[in-house]
Amino acid sequence: MEINNIPVIDTDILVIGGGTAGPMAAVTAKEQNPDLNVMLLEKANVKRSGAISMGMDGLNNAVVPGHATPEQYVKEITIANDGIVHQPALMAYATRSFPMIEKLDSWGVHFQKDETGDYDMKKVHHLGTYVLPMPEGHNVKKILYRRLRRNRVQIENRYTATRLLKDPDGNIAGMIGVNTRTAEPIIIRAKAVIMATGAAGRLGLPTSGYLFGTYENPANNGDGHAMAYHAGADLANLECFQINPLLKDYNGPACAYVTGPLGGFTSNAFGERFIECDYWSGQMMLEFFKELESGTGPVFLKLDHLAEETIQEIETVLHTNERPSRGRFHEGRDVNYRQRMVEMHISEVGFCSGHSASGVWTDETGATTVPGLYCAGDMASVAHNYMLGAFVYGQICGESAVEFAKSRREPVLDEAFIQTELERIQAPMKRADGIPPEQMEYKVRRLVNDYLQPPKVTRKMEIGLERILAVREDLPQLCARDPHELLRAMEVQSIIDCAEMAARASLYRTESRWGLYHYRVDYPEQDDSEWFYHSRLFKDENGQMASGKRPVADYLVPLGDEKDAYRKMRVQKAANA
Amino acid sequence: MPIANHHSSVPVIVDEDKCIADKGCTVCIDVCPLDVLWINEDTGKAHMKYDECWYCMPCEADCPTDAVTVNIPYLLR
Ligand SMILES: Cc1cc2nc3c(=O)[nH]c(=O)nc-3n(C[C@H](O)[C@H](O)[C@H](O)COP(=O)(O)OP(=O)(O)OC[C@H]3O[C@@H](n4cnc5c(N)ncnc54)[C@H](O)[C@@H]3O)c2cc1C
Ligand code: SF4
Ligand code: SF4
Repeated sequence: MEINNIPVIDTDILVIGGGTAGPMAAVTAKEQNPDLNVMLLEKANVKRSGAISMGMDGLNNAVVPGHATPEQYVKEITIANDGIVHQPALMAYATRSFPMIEKLDSWGVHFQKDETGDYDMKKVHHLGTYVLPMPEGHNVKKILYRRLRRNRVQIENRYTATRLLKDPDGNIAGMIGVNTRTAEPIIIRAKAVIMATGAAGRLGLPTSGYLFGTYENPANNGDGHAMAYHAGADLANLECFQINPLLKDYNGPACAYVTGPLGGFTSNAFGERFIECDYWSGQMMLEFFKELESGTGPVFLKLDHLAEETIQEIETVLHTNERPSRGRFHEGRDVNYRQRMVEMHISEVGFCSGHSASGVWTDETGATTVPGLYCAGDMASVAHNYMLGAFVYGQICGESAVEFAKSRREPVLDEAFIQTELERIQAPMKRADGIPPEQMEYKVRRLVNDYLQPPKVTRKMEIGLERILAVREDLPQLCARDPHELLRAMEVQSIIDCAEMAARASLYRTESRWGLYHYRVDYPEQDDSEWFYHSRLFKDENGQMASGKRPVADYLVPLGDEKDAYRKMRVQKAANA
Repeated sequence: MPIANHHSSVPVIVDEDKCIADKGCTVCIDVCPLDVLWINEDTGKAHMKYDECWYCMPCEADCPTDAVTVNIPYLLR
């Protein structure tokens, strides 16, 4: 079949995004049924794409027998996320977490073990023990790549997906995208689609002003969120922004999970600890923010009290893994962990379920509200999923997609829709002059910082929304000189979509929740009577962006006495201090 | 709206004496997640064409001849 002289490529299962969750989903689908055609499409190159491009230094949320139970984990994350979680999805993760560690271990991923050969778990969370270091974690991508090849997954690098396709019954039918080097469009028909395009990391602007200095890998710009929205899928809790504690001007975590277990901590200007627990939660970030703005600010990572060999151990991990340019950053400023504390700051805002809870709504099977469309990793809505959650939900989605594709015949494509999308893709390169994507991106992200970054204020967000919509009006002038700029031009359209979603979702929830993530100054209290719901964001019948409420599913694990544990983040000073 | 070119200093440096792109190597170009490294038409060697770097370092780590150096972008330095 051809549309506009473009051959339609057929596959059984299509996975979009080859970072962390995507490769696991593709390999799982092949493991389930080697006869299926499984295609993995990636904007960059699966060898080095995504958040774990240079490896990772630990599992932040591992549930390992003997150290924690799935019930304890589900309870901790429910409390850390102020009650708004889909516990069945957390439970599915928690129960599969350990088998996934063992699977990765058997593939050659090295996790830290103690003298007895047991996993060397560390306590960073407020209540339980869930952090598993992997100081030799730099080869994760290589191991995944080997599995993709061995299982004969068909890999398409350097294509960016731009829109999902649906059949006349509303089931998923494939995608359309464009080659980032040639600007040639691609049309793929698939019986089931798994999206794993990561966080929406290019939403806010880092304080340095450098567009690509984001916490998240900047290839993750929210395309998946925008595509899911346009395909009619529900998104959930988008106002629960991701905001992370980072080094000032450097986008590496500071880092609670590596330095915390070795005695490092987050301190104020006087070298004093002010938060009880460094595990990343909205409540922790709120205390961080308050300290930053206070007379005892700014905030620092304190390591200068540690022994020489401990510092060397920290340097080895932090300067070779995950964000290995960190050492160069410190060198350039003459900063040595031994001599002084390192200034910290908060990251730009984004959507990310890996670290908070915002994303495309998915249940415990990885299913979205569009039949046949599954989502895994940072873009799906399962709270605090991190890297192991991306692997587990990649696996879950792989299984679910195979099941869905089983009974499905070749989907019918909507040619008129494809036609319109091809025109949208081709438009920016047809313009000889206009507005380059970089300028448009800078503008919309600067507006996100000015108007949407917490503390959130209603009137400011309304103005922000108005200004963001005004940028959208400029889209007919968006121009691109080459295929690379076209990639950025397609990305900025997703960024505008995400910015509008961020504004509307934040305006919808008229309470404060999740600490700093949705700290709404004119509604300062958490209001469980009105807002003990997931917020929904979706495209309504008229094509308008709409909001609604989704009830929180009955808890599988009651919270008991500890339900307010994450509200008590600030270190209490003794009365005589 | 007319467009102007503006200069910017880029963080990634390729040592042209070491780079063997003219012998067919494209490793750094292949692995870069942001697709900002390209062959320089004038020299036949790899170079950073777009100032859109995550300073993540696969280009440097994977280069077979150690020709690539990733610096911190000037705005952050
Ligand atoms: C700096 C940093 C440190 C972290 N540290 C830890 C840690 O120590 N422990 C831990 O457990 N977790 C950590 N995390 C979180 C963890 O890495 C992520 O939760 C996880 O890797 C997310 O996996 P993913 O598959 O959702 O996204 P990714 O692995 O980022 O993959 C998304 C992929 O989608 C591709 N893509 C995007 N848009 C498109 C498109 N339109 N078309 C095609 N492809 C597209 C991207 O190129 C990318 O390859 C860290 C994250 C970061 C950024
Ligand atoms: S990887 Fe090294 S040798 Fe190969 S093209 Fe890049 S700089 Fe040149
Ligand atoms: S540091 Fe990363 S983003 Fe920058 S050029 Fe190298 S691979 Fe590309």
